[in-house]
Amino acid sequence: MSDGGLAREVERLLQELAPKVVGAVTRRCGDFAAAEDAVQEALLDAVAEWPARGVPANPGGWLFRAAWRRLADLRRNERARARREAQVASERPELAAAAPDEGAGEADAVLQDETLVLLFLCCHPSLSDASAIALTLRAVGGLTTAEIARAFLVPEATMAQRISRAKRTIAESQVAFELPGEAEQARRLDAVLRVLYLIFNEGYVGSSGAPLTRVELSSEAIRLARALRVAKPATPEIDGLLALLLLTDARRLARTGPAGELVPLDEQERGRWDRAQIAEGSALVGAAFAKGAVGKYQLQAAIAALHDEAPSTEATDWPQIAALYEVLLRIDDQPMVALNHAIAVAMVQGPAAGLRRIEALDRDARIAGHWRLDAVRGHLLERAGDRAAARRHLLAAADGTKSLPERRYLLTKAARLQPG
Amino acid sequence: MRFMLIMQGTASGWDSMCQWKPEEIQAHIGFMIKLRDELKDGGELVMAEGLDIPRNTKVVTAKRVDQPTVFDGPFPESKEFLAGFWVVEVPTEKRACEIAARASTAPGPGGKPLAFPIEVRQVMCAPVVEG
Repeated sequence: MSDGGLAREVERLLQELAPKVVGAVTRRCGDFAAAEDAVQEALLDAVAEWPARGVPANPGGWLFRAAWRRLADLRRNERARARREAQVASERPELAAAAPDEGAGEADAVLQDETLVLLFLCCHPSLSDASAIALTLRAVGGLTTAEIARAFLVPEATMAQRISRAKRTIAESQVAFELPGEAEQARRLDAVLRVLYLIFNEGYVGSSGAPLTRVELSSEAIRLARALRVAKPATPEIDGLLALLLLTDARRLARTGPAGELVPLDEQERGRWDRAQIAEGSALVGAAFAKGAVGKYQLQAAIAALHDEAPSTEATDWPQIAALYEVLLRIDDQPMVALNHAIAVAMVQGPAAGLRRIEALDRDARIAGHWRLDAVRGHLLERAGDRAAARRHLLAAADGTKSLPERRYLLTKAARLQPG
Repeated sequence: MRFMLIMQGTASGWDSMCQWKPEEIQAHIGFMIKLRDELKDGGELVMAEGLDIPRNTKVVTAKRVDQPTVFDGPFPESKEFLAGFWVVEVPTEKRACEIAARASTAPGPGGKPLAFPIEVRQVMCAPVVEG
């Protein structure tokens, strides 16, 4: 195996083992924050040693022992510091109380899959989005702080602090390292799905020439969604999320033009879409719907499947998409959903019908004046033949957006509508 | 959301800074270091830099890459120059302004807050996936 191949194998293995080892160490010492730090150090040790010395026969056991040694070091340092500062109790009494000097007989025990417990923990509602994302990627994803920092284009020290603070918030919220009951799980599943969707969305969309060590967050989100599906099977909304991620990711290569510019769905070269991902996503959607209950991720996935299965914008099943948006609005009344519904209605009944729906949104305080309203209005007015009004709205949208590729796209579109 | 916090300096301000007492300069530098550490500890710091003084600055204009015009110092007609900046990652513009307010209180002569004007500009970010 080439050096690059071995490094990737090691990386894949470590990511798979990380949540198991974090779980095992946490259960043994009772301190998630300390355990997670210790495992992170053990992962770094493994990254340094395994490519050169070869993967050990029991890689999980190796990681557990390495993490355990780190914990023991931490405890010794805490005790020494406490003695030096003549404190009665150290700041981490739980570390002193644990007995990590005991031999790591645990190393031979089978490591349980703790993915589900960890996901509920790391996506706890008390955490901000940024914190939940960072902590999930480290504790469940098994990524290093440096990798996460690079993926979000943030200094490593900043990311390390974000993760520490996230763990402190969890400790202060007194979240137990246990699987919540079924009812509680149902309530908190949405937070988990949301964090995974955010990771997918916020992923840095790099070019195909990305270096080997760069983390592709969209792929990572898909991997975690798959792991969640294994950990909590027979849950249609999880199938729905995975399907949505696959069906969206399938369009990735077509979404960026040769100059790195944004290409919207109706202008994409469909031959560049990933058919295998589309097939898998569509199959998941079909299976999820067959189970009866319909949630927002399943509905969004169904809409994405209809887009991905269509040979062209014109041949897309717009009436079905409009109907799905209507169902989605009933369970998730979001103005952005209403906006997408308006677009679908316009494709079925003509731009005037879509524009009428947008007028209703002018009275919705959550979205009135939002640049996306202007963008869609501009798009529909162009289709309706009112070039001057379309241009006005597209320019207003360009002013409002915070996305540079989106601004460039809107300005280009507006420029094409110049008089004369 | 990312914001750039821009600290504008003035030529007269810079000259007067050269007249400060050593402990006043130390207090000012200490404040900036402390602010940077706080932002790092809070997981908000993306970047923070001070820029070299205007006298060492060059302004380059070129119609052809092999025929540039190079002037010393910032644009002659500008009385202000970029002294330094922070880039922070925060959930709201309100928080960005709070940090800017903190930066503005950096101490000057007699330890009194300088009340530097700090410009708060959002950094254009990558698009939300839709399509």
